Amino acid sequence: MALHKVLGTETEYGIVVRGDPAFNPAVASSLVVNSYPGERVKVQWSYEEESPGRDARGFGHDTYGLIDPEGAVVNSVLSNGARLYVDHAHPEYSGPETYDPREAALYDKAGEVVMHRASVAASGAAGRQVSLYKNNSDGKGNSYGAHENYLLSRETPFGEVIRYAMTFMVTRQIFTGAGKVGRENDRPDIDFQVTQRADFFEEEVGLETTLKRPIINTRDEPHGDPALYRRLHVIIGDANLSEYQNFLKLGSTALMLAALEDGAIPDSLDLADPVEACWQVSHDLNLGRPLELDGGGTATALEIQGRYLEWLSKYVEKELDDPVWDQLIAEWERTLSLLGSDPDRLADTLDWVAKRRLLEGYVARDGLKWNNSKLRALDLQYHDVDPEKSLYRRLASRGSMRRLFTDEEIAAAVSSPPMRTRAYFRGRCVSDFPGSLVAANWDSLVFDIGESHLKRIPMMEPLRGGAELVGDLLDSAEDAADLLRRLEG
Amino acid sequence: MSDRERGRAESNRHEDAEEQSPETVEIDTDLDALDDLLDEIDEVLEENAEEFVKNYVQKGGQ
Repeated sequence: MALHKVLGTETEYGIVVRGDPAFNPAVASSLVVNSYPGERVKVQWSYEEESPGRDARGFGHDTYGLIDPEGAVVNSVLSNGARLYVDHAHPEYSGPETYDPREAALYDKAGEVVMHRASVAASGAAGRQVSLYKNNSDGKGNSYGAHENYLLSRETPFGEVIRYAMTFMVTRQIFTGAGKVGRENDRPDIDFQVTQRADFFEEEVGLETTLKRPIINTRDEPHGDPALYRRLHVIIGDANLSEYQNFLKLGSTALMLAALEDGAIPDSLDLADPVEACWQVSHDLNLGRPLELDGGGTATALEIQGRYLEWLSKYVEKELDDPVWDQLIAEWERTLSLLGSDPDRLADTLDWVAKRRLLEGYVARDGLKWNNSKLRALDLQYHDVDPEKSLYRRLASRGSMRRLFTDEEIAAAVSSPPMRTRAYFRGRCVSDFPGSLVAANWDSLVFDIGESHLKRIPMMEPLRGGAELVGDLLDSAEDAADLLRRLEG
Repeated sequence: MSDRERGRAESNRHEDAEEQSPETVEIDTDLDALDDLLDEIDEVLEENAEEFVKNYVQKGGQ
C-alpha cells in the first residue's frame, strides 16, 4: 500500500506598491511579512536540515541555495502551522502539511486571507497601498511559483516518478490552469491561454526553479527522515483561486502518485515531446489538439486524462476508503465530461474558464481587441487578494462559482492548524509558547527555555505530531520547559 | 450555445424578442446576468488600466 500522501502548497504572491513604480520588491515583501497582524512567531528558519541543491537523481551540489540572507531576515511560523516569509522578491505563504487534498485546498485558501491581512497592515505602515496578487505571471516574461508538495516513499525509484508523472503533469493543465491573456517567453502568439505557467517550461527534468524550468523538478529535500521519504516538489501548477479546482488539482495528483507507488498506472503514456506539449496544451482552448505519443499515434490531453481517471477510479474503489476520494473522483468525472462536451459550463469551477467568460464579455460589450490593456488589467485583478477588488471574489459572492468551503472554515484555518499531521504540533507551539520558540524548520522546532543550550525537537515523521498524539501533552504543559521535560521523560 | 456564442448573438436578441421560445428566454436571463456582472465589475476596475499593467513587473520569482 502506498505511503499516505501528506501534501501541501507554497505560493509566491505578486506585489505592487501603488504610486511607487520604482519600489524595491524585496523590501516591500519584507514589510508585508513583518506587518502580518495574526498569531505568529518570528523565527530563525534553520537551514541545517534544508538542502535544496540535493538532486533526487543522486548527484547533488550541497552548497546550492544554502545561503539565503533575505530568508534569514524575515521568517515566521503561523499558528496554523504555515510559514510566512520572503522568498527572493515575493512574499510567500507555505501552507502546513495536510492530511488530504480537501484540507490542503483549505489551507491554501487560508493563505489568501493571511496575505490580505498582511497587505492591509503593510499599507498602513507604508502610507501607500501595497497590493498582492495570487497569480504566476506579470505578462512580461516573469513568472513566480505556486508549488505543490507530496510525500513519497524513498523506496519509489525516482526514475519511475519521472517516467509516470511527466505526461500526467503536462495534460492535467486542462483543469489546473488559471488562464492568462497573451503569451510569454517567445511562445507563439495567442489571445488567451489555459495556464499562467506553461510558457515558462523549457526542460523535461531538472533541479532549477527560476530559469529553464523543468516539468519534473528533482529537488531532493524530504523535510522528513531521508531514509524513508521523498518529497515531490511540483512546480508546474498555477495558483488557483477556485476552491474546487484546487481540490481537483491536488487530489488528482496525490492519487496519481499513490497509484504510481502501488504500480497501478499500467502505461506511462509517454509523450514524444513533453516540453512542446506543455505550451501546446495551454494554447489549445478547443481542447482538441492531438499530442504525439512516443510509441506512435496521438491523443489529446483530455483523452489522456480520461485514461488516468479510468485507472484511478478503479484504484480508489479497490484501495481507498476515505470518502474524500469519492468526492474527488466525482469532481474529476464532471470536469472531464464537461471539458469534452460544454467547457463553458465549468465557469463555476475552473479559473481559466471563469476568467475567459469575463474577458469575452468585455470583448463583446466594449468591442475590445485582445491586446487592450483593460483585458490585461482584468486578468491581474481576477487574482487580487483584496476581496473588494478580486474579480474571483465577485464571481464567488454572486454564486457564479461553487464554493467548497465557508468563510468560517477558512477563518478557522487561518488561526488553527490541521489536526492530523505534525503541523498541529508546530501550530500549537506558536499559540502556546510564542516567547520560547526561536527557530523552526519543517522538521524541527528550537526552543529557548533559559538554559545554557537551545533545545531542538526533531519532527522527522510528517504524520506524527497530530492532535491525537500530542493534544493532551500540549493541553497539560505549563510552559515550554514543562513541554520539553514531558517529551524527554 | 456557449457564452461566446451568446455574446455574439447579443446584437440579434432584441430583434427576435417578439417571438421568443422558452429556451431563448433562458438564454436572455443568462446574458443579463453577465451584463450585470460586467456592470458590477466596472465599479471596482482599476482606473488607469494602462498604467496599472505597465507598472505590474515581478522579477525574481521561482
